[in-house]
Parts: sequence; structure tokens; C-alpha cells
Amino acid sequence: MSFISLLWVLLLGSLLGLELIGKVPPTLHTPLMSGANAISGITMLAALTLIVKAEGNVPLLIIGSVSLGFALFNVVGGFFVTDRMLAMFSRKPSNKK
Amino acid sequence: MNLPVIIKFVIDLLAVLLLALGIKGLSKVKSARDANRLAAFAMSLSVVGLLSYYLGTSGIAIQSWIWIIIGSIIGSLFGAILAKKVPMTSMPETVALFNGCGGMSSLLVALGVAIFPIPSGQENFDFFKSLINEVSISVSIFVGAITFTGSIVAMAKLQGWLSTPGWTQSKVRHFVNIVFAVASLIAFFDLINGNTSSIWLLVIVSSLLGIGVTLPIGGADMPVVISLLNSYSGIAAAAAGFVVDSQLLIVAGAMVGAAGLILTQVMCKGMNRSLVSVLFGGSLSTQSTASSGSGEYTNITSCSVEECALTLEVANKVIIVPGYGLAVAQAQHTLREVTKKLEQNGIEVVYAIHPVAGRMPGHMNVLLAEADVPYEQLKEMDVVNPDFPATDVVLVLGANDVVNPQAKNDSSSPLYGMPVLDVQEARTVFVIKRGMSAGYSGIKNDLFDLPNTSMVFGDAKKVLNDLIGELKDLGVGEK
Repeated sequence: MSFISLLWVLLLGSLLGLELIGKVPPTLHTPLMSGANAISGITMLAALTLIVKAEGNVPLLIIGSVSLGFALFNVVGGFFVTDRMLAMFSRKPSNKK
Repeated sequence: MNLPVIIKFVIDLLAVLLLALGIKGLSKVKSARDANRLAAFAMSLSVVGLLSYYLGTSGIAIQSWIWIIIGSIIGSLFGAILAKKVPMTSMPETVALFNGCGGMSSLLVALGVAIFPIPSGQENFDFFKSLINEVSISVSIFVGAITFTGSIVAMAKLQGWLSTPGWTQSKVRHFVNIVFAVASLIAFFDLINGNTSSIWLLVIVSSLLGIGVTLPIGGADMPVVISLLNSYSGIAAAAAGFVVDSQLLIVAGAMVGAAGLILTQVMCKGMNRSLVSVLFGGSLSTQSTASSGSGEYTNITSCSVEECALTLEVANKVIIVPGYGLAVAQAQHTLREVTKKLEQNGIEVVYAIHPVAGRMPGHMNVLLAEADVPYEQLKEMDVVNPDFPATDVVLVLGANDVVNPQAKNDSSSPLYGMPVLDVQEARTVFVIKRGMSAGYSGIKNDLFDLPNTSMVFGDAKKVLNDLIGELKDLGVGEK
């Protein structure tokens, strides 16, 4: 990918984010923040790339592995916590109409 | 294009689409839970896409697999355990911790690439490309470090492990932070000039900057800061995307970055604060905490549920002030039953929703909507505040700081200036509360000492259940 097309990707991604969130009612901002936070753990892909391309360079493997651990901590924890919050919000079966 | 490239392209595209749908789905109560799972699925899909791409092209060495598995297991395990164990009440600090780790991850990736440049076989050295590489590494480190230290400080402050040091409230802090900022700028340009060793300077100063900026901010403003840091971690991820040349990372990071900014703005609006005053205005709880914060209560009146029911029976207008305690006790459905009875008796019932009720915007609206409270009965603070003098009874359920009259009357109070609900204007105020513990800000609530305030001690759900029984005995709500 050329740098210019990556910049386009950045621009369009930002616009998409603004548009998506712009339409969210304030009532759901808390779980949304937590969910978005989990998505920001997408850096796990960068960490994976680092490990795969390390080619036996042990310090680099370790850095990549630690980075992957931090990212997955963010992702897994983030999604679980969001799910717990949303479960708290959701109707109990007895109240369903 | 060969097959692995095409497969990865399709999977990446699908993952972006699903992530966008996930964020969008989180905007509706009905679809939110599924949307969250959809986003989680999209994330795992992206991992599968990346791994299968490398398997199909360069292959993945056994050694790499080992380190991938070690990192994944440890990270996921701790994340899952923490997410399951942490109490609902400490959600803001948990999100802060997760967020900080995301920032740390971006920082480490950039650091790894900077110290051990990935051998890129086919391309020859290109000045433009190497410049971009260095810029994205620097940005990733800078933003990642600020996100990490800022989030950790935010978490520690919310947990009460860290107080606001006095010196951070003086003007000195601006000077200190400017020094850090300038130093990171110097390190940044030095790095681009090819001086690799200045990378450590960048790591250290940007970490210090993250601490320096977050430390002076008070507990009440923390959700705003966490939201902003969440946005930063998205930016850090996007920068890491430039470092490893991944469009998917850039799109996802940019989406989160933009989303976080919008959220931050909304939160600020809700608290009637500007982002600038949150970031540079210092803490709400300054040195005066000692004088007004830990004072003793002198004039507490407590009453039984029965008295409360008797007062409610003869009321014309009742305002309910729900707070986080209500959510924790899961009492919103019971509350709805109480208000139904009152309504059947011709009593006007309104819910007063403080912008940050439940510590984060919108928390309370969702809870009440789920308990079938009609939307028209939920009144925003500015709408409901003029109504309090004409109100007979106010029921405060698990709210504390948002009904503290100190915020209006006592200019020495740490809360001074925060918008609050003027419940003390009502004829009678009942505060349903477990004990006399202080609220989120740790500040004494003058409301409890007022003559027209009575405390009803007990768990919100139990008290409300008792209240239903008492109202039934009085014949309220019987047709």
C-alpha cells in the first residue's frame, strides 16, 4: 500500500467513526465507550505481525508477545465487561412483552 | 494477486464491515448486546485472516507460534478474569485499565520495530518511506505512552490509590507539562533525523506528560478523561497500523479515535464543563477537602418506611432522583412498581435525571427505560430544577453528590460550581441510603443535615419493597 492510499484509509475511517457515533443516543454511551475501547485493542494485529516477522530475533519475539498480551487483555476484558454491562441493562425475561 | 492476498483482503473488508455494524448496533438498546458480540467476532475474524495470510505466504515459524500462544493465553486469561470479577461499581476504572493496556501494546509494537527494524526484502531504501515510518513510530510511541500512563493514573485516582497532590493545583503544573511537551517534540525531531537513541527520551517524556496532564484532574471529571484517553488509544492503534502497514488497523483505530472524541464532547456537555476546563482547570476537590469534606453530620433525622409511605400518600407531586446505588441494587423495577401505585392514586411522578447520574452519561436512562418508565417522565436537570419548590416529596435513591447543596452554596467546597439538582427546595426529602458513607467525591453531603431531609436506611431494593407493602396497607393505588 502506498502512503497516500493509507492516508485515504485513515480519513475515511475517521469519517466513518464520526458518522457512526454521531447517531448514537446518549443513553448508550457508557457501554459504547467500553465496546469501542475493546476495539482499540486491534493493535493485537500489529503485535502478531511483529512476532511473525521477528524471524528468530528473541528480544523482538518477547516484545511482540508482551504487546500481544496487553492488547488481548484489552480486547477480551473489554468485550466481556461490555457484555456484563449490557446484560445489566437488558430486560429480565419476566418483564418481556 | 495471489490467493492468500485475496483471502486476507476479503476477510479484512468483512471485519471492517462487521466492526462498523457492531459500533452502530451498540446504539440501540435492543441490538446492543448482539452488536458487542458481533464486534468481538469481527476481531477474532481479523486474527484468523492475518494468521492465514502469513501461513499462506511466508509461513509462521514454530518459535513464533510459541510466543503467540504464550502472549495470547496470559493476556486473555487476565482480561477475562478481571472482567468477570470486577464489581459493577468500579466500571470506569476498569475501562481505564483496559484502555491503558491497549496504549501500551501500541507503544511496544512501535518500540520493537524501532529497535529491531523488520527486514523488508523486496523494496530498496526509499527516503520518503523511511520518513513516514519514523513519523508513525514516533506518533505511536508518543500517543501510546500518554494513553498508558494517563489511564493508569486515572484508574489509580478512581480507585482512591492516588490523591491529588497539592502542587498539581498550582500554576507550576502548566510549566512542567510544557517542558515535557517540548522535550517530546525535541525527541521526535531528533528521532526523525535518524538518532535512534532518542527513542528512549521520547518514551520517558511522553509517559511523564501523560502523568502530568492526568494527575491534576479530579475524580468527578475522570469519566471525561477516560473517554478522551479511549480516543487516544484508537489514534495509537491507527499509528501502529502505519508502522506495520495494515489498513485494517488504521480503519479500526480511526473509527475508535473519532468515536472517542464525539463521546468526550457529549460527556463534557452533560457535565456543563468544557473540555479545556477539564484538562487545564485542575481538580474540583482542591485543598479544601480537609475542611468541608470530612465534617461530621450534626442533625441527621432518620425515619421508618412507614412514615415515608404516610408522607407519600398525601403528596400531590413526587420527584424521584435515581443514582448509581439504585442501579447497583437492581431496584429499578421495584421503583417502577412504587411509582405505578402513586400514579394510580393521582400523584404526579417525575424522574429527575442528572447528566452524570450513574457516573457516566446515559447510564440511568437505560436502566429506567428497561423498567418500562415512560420516557416523558424522565426530566433533564435544567427542566426539573424549577419544579422542586412546588414539589411535596423528593425520593433520593442511591444518589449523593448530584444532590449536594454545597455545590451551590459553599464556595469553599470542592464540589462548588458543579451543576446539581435542587432537591432541598422541596417540602420533604427522603434519602434512601445504606449508611452514612460519603459519595463518589468523598465529600460530606449537607443535604442530609437539613431539617426537611429524612434518611431511610437500608438497601434500595428492600426499602422499596417494604414501601410497596406499606402503600398497599394504606390503600394507595387500589382501584
